Amino acid sequence: MNPLPDAEKLCAQLAAKLKPAVKPSTAMIGLYTGGVWLAERLHATLAIAEPLGTMDIAFYRDDYHQQGLARDPKRTQIPFAVEGRDLLLVDDVLYTGRTVRAAMNELFDYGRPASISLVVLADRGGRELPICAQYCGCTVEVAKGMRLRLLRDDMGKLKLALQDAK
Amino acid sequence: MQSNPQLNENGELRHLLSIEGLPRDVLTGILDTAASFVGVTEREVKKVPLLRGKSVFNLFFEPSTRTRTTFEIAAKRLSADVINLNVAVSSQTKGESLLDTVSNLSAMQADLFVVRHGSSGAPYLIAQHVKPHEHVINAGDGRHAHPTQGLLDLYTIRHYKQDFGALRVAIVGDILHSRVARSLIHGLTTLGTPEVRVIGPKTLLPAGVEALGVKVFNDMREGLLGADVVVMLRLQNERMRGALLPSAQEFFKHYGLTAQKLALAKPDAIVMHPGPMNRGVEIDSSVADGPHSVILPQVTFGIAVRMAVMSIVAGN
Amino acid sequence: MKILIRNGRVIDPASGRDAAGDLAIADGRLCEALSGKPDRVIDATGLVVAPGLIDIAARLREPGYEYKATLESEMDAAVAGGVTSLACPPDTDPPLDEPGLVDMLRRRAKVLSRARVYPIGALTVKLAGERLTEMAELAEAGCVAFSQADEPIPDTQVLWRALQYAATFGFPVWLRVEDHWLARGGVAHDGELATRLGLPGIPVFAETVALGVLLELVRATGTRVHLCRLSSAGAVELVRRAKTEGLPISCDVGIHHLHLSDLDLGYFDAHCRLVPPLRSQRDRDALAAGLADGTIDCVCSDHTPVDEDQKQMPFSEAEPGATGLELLLPLVLKWGAQQKLPLATVLARVTSDAARVLGVHSGRLQAGAPADVVVFDPDAAWRVSAEALRSQGKNTPYIGYELGARVRYTLVAGNVVFEQT
Repeated sequence: MNPLPDAEKLCAQLAAKLKPAVKPSTAMIGLYTGGVWLAERLHATLAIAEPLGTMDIAFYRDDYHQQGLARDPKRTQIPFAVEGRDLLLVDDVLYTGRTVRAAMNELFDYGRPASISLVVLADRGGRELPICAQYCGCTVEVAKGMRLRLLRDDMGKLKLALQDAK
Repeated sequence: MQSNPQLNENGELRHLLSIEGLPRDVLTGILDTAASFVGVTEREVKKVPLLRGKSVFNLFFEPSTRTRTTFEIAAKRLSADVINLNVAVSSQTKGESLLDTVSNLSAMQADLFVVRHGSSGAPYLIAQHVKPHEHVINAGDGRHAHPTQGLLDLYTIRHYKQDFGALRVAIVGDILHSRVARSLIHGLTTLGTPEVRVIGPKTLLPAGVEALGVKVFNDMREGLLGADVVVMLRLQNERMRGALLPSAQEFFKHYGLTAQKLALAKPDAIVMHPGPMNRGVEIDSSVADGPHSVILPQVTFGIAVRMAVMSIVAGN
Repeated sequence: MKILIRNGRVIDPASGRDAAGDLAIADGRLCEALSGKPDRVIDATGLVVAPGLIDIAARLREPGYEYKATLESEMDAAVAGGVTSLACPPDTDPPLDEPGLVDMLRRRAKVLSRARVYPIGALTVKLAGERLTEMAELAEAGCVAFSQADEPIPDTQVLWRALQYAATFGFPVWLRVEDHWLARGGVAHDGELATRLGLPGIPVFAETVALGVLLELVRATGTRVHLCRLSSAGAVELVRRAKTEGLPISCDVGIHHLHLSDLDLGYFDAHCRLVPPLRSQRDRDALAAGLADGTIDCVCSDHTPVDEDQKQMPFSEAEPGATGLELLLPLVLKWGAQQKLPLATVLARVTSDAARVLGVHSGRLQAGAPADVVVFDPDAAWRVSAEALRSQGKNTPYIGYELGARVRYTLVAGNVVFEQT
């Protein structure tokens, strides 16, 4: 059983990869919940000028009719104009690609961005849609019944963890 | 038929018929979801695709423009198709039974029925007979309940006062006939409000109302002392005709909300009203339009709350 | 025909008899012993043998409401429930305010040869509470008492005159006590539950105010009055005092009101929409105790078949009433068990005591009396369902419940009119 990569290290590596792409007008949006933690760290490290946007995709998921509405939706807050903007969309784990599709649908209801680049800490494969990440920390193999998540402890330290999909 | 008809086997909200009987976490879940929808109503594209392809039938057996309109707006913002039926005028007068009307609409592929009816319990009867994929939302039944109004009132109070656990809430007016009052009382007690007061003349207070967990006041000045929230109820003209009250003037003198009486409440008290207001009967214009009034925000919150209710219910 | 009912537990509340034994029937009457061989032997081992039940309020829906039920179906229901005599209220369509209608009803019932039917005549024309009916003519046609069913007489002067006139001939007057104005618009007991459900209420004092008025009129006129379907503890107490005073009154309670309260409305169950309304648990307990100590003379089914469509309505729009002929026996036994009363006392409330109220000589197992007998299994349980009920009225709060006591044989005038083994 391979141990999971060090999230803190990956985070630093991602920040380094992203640095050249960050312009004064660049904005960042994190997807709840793991993506927001990652985005908060990257946003601070990269000293991005525009305030951080946070997004909950509950109202745009494609499995609403099967699963119903998520129990505890957070509030999407986009404190900048999306129109004509180069955006960095941040999530912790890329899997089927459905979350990103939902996020893009939601984003376009705020305006027409100039570009969207996807930033993820870990890609576990298993894509069901033609989605890929422009910036990726690492690839990880995850067994079918398991879930890969980013956790944050009380000190703010980031850690990758495997949990039961239930 | 004794199990809670609003919840499905998994304890999830399948219909919204009444605030009474809803577990506390279901209530707060609706309020939290509504908060997310407030964000949607504030941006330029006010739509989300949740109910795309679904049909919402507004079945109003009692006329109402404002409630029906807010449900229509809410449904359209969820991308649903909306059909309005003022049944008061159409088939009911031809003698068609309530259940026959509903069956006919079912056959037209309805997904959600928003029902307002003059008889208490009508939405329960409908909920017993709809198909498994159909949902019923009570938009007001007789004197019994108006759960979405209760929820938007709770949302408004939470927005301005945050913690229910420290509040004194006063509800003033025709409690006897008010479904709005009953729903709000149930919601407040479920969320742990320590003091819920009802204020009105004895003719407008129902039997055994204390059993709902409220403190009764016949003197408005006493009842408003130290209140954090003042909710004024609408007084209908019929009450003056039915030997319950002598006149609107006498009612206003003793139970109308003026700036002077409001001064007895806390300095940061908020004033609420489910609408439509009868200015000069239950509330003075200076108060309705004054700094304590949150009557207009109630309306805005009402859309988000109804979006929340519809999307939670339709997903279960 | 000679019938021997063998080896049963024979209970005759009127005489106090409760012992194992046989019952002999010849030529339609009970006799001490049979001369010669019986034509039929009924084995009543393990069963109770009692006088046929007397139900003093059962709506047969004829004439006029045949779409709700017919004489045939309801008479079938009666004997299936062990009821051998019943009184029907005058609120047929047209109401029983003309001798011709009464006569026709009695003839129809006689031809069917099931339970005996005692019509209660209308006290006022069309039950409208204004003009008196020809009570003497109606009595000659077979009416045993006069009533308004559920219709009010708001004009107290008319009420007074009606009582006086009936007293002239010694006719009993049966009235449900409710103040028309205080009850106006109400559909449920005015209390905590109606407040919660948002239903317009009928306060207890709607009953006690009218009862107070009526008792004063009884004091003044001396009319024999029977109070129908008490619903409150307050009313029971007023009756208790009036009886101590010696007023010529009797009263009954509906079988559902002995067991159910307003809490049973649950989520607006229209099967609990009854007249008078189901009141609080305290009221129900007072009614149950009142029947036990004899303040309330007897219990009836208040059988009211209602079309299911009329129950599938919002509560306040639904038609009130419950089916009851087939539930009277199991439910009165249930009451008796809860009150821990001897079986003879329990059965008295639906036999000898009911007979006394009705003014008939049946309801007893006496040599020479007509052979109206019920043989039942007190321990057999059955599930109340639309299929199990013979009445066309399937409207009961007890649908789906299991009740005890199964009637095995019902005999009227020595004929076996119902049997089920």
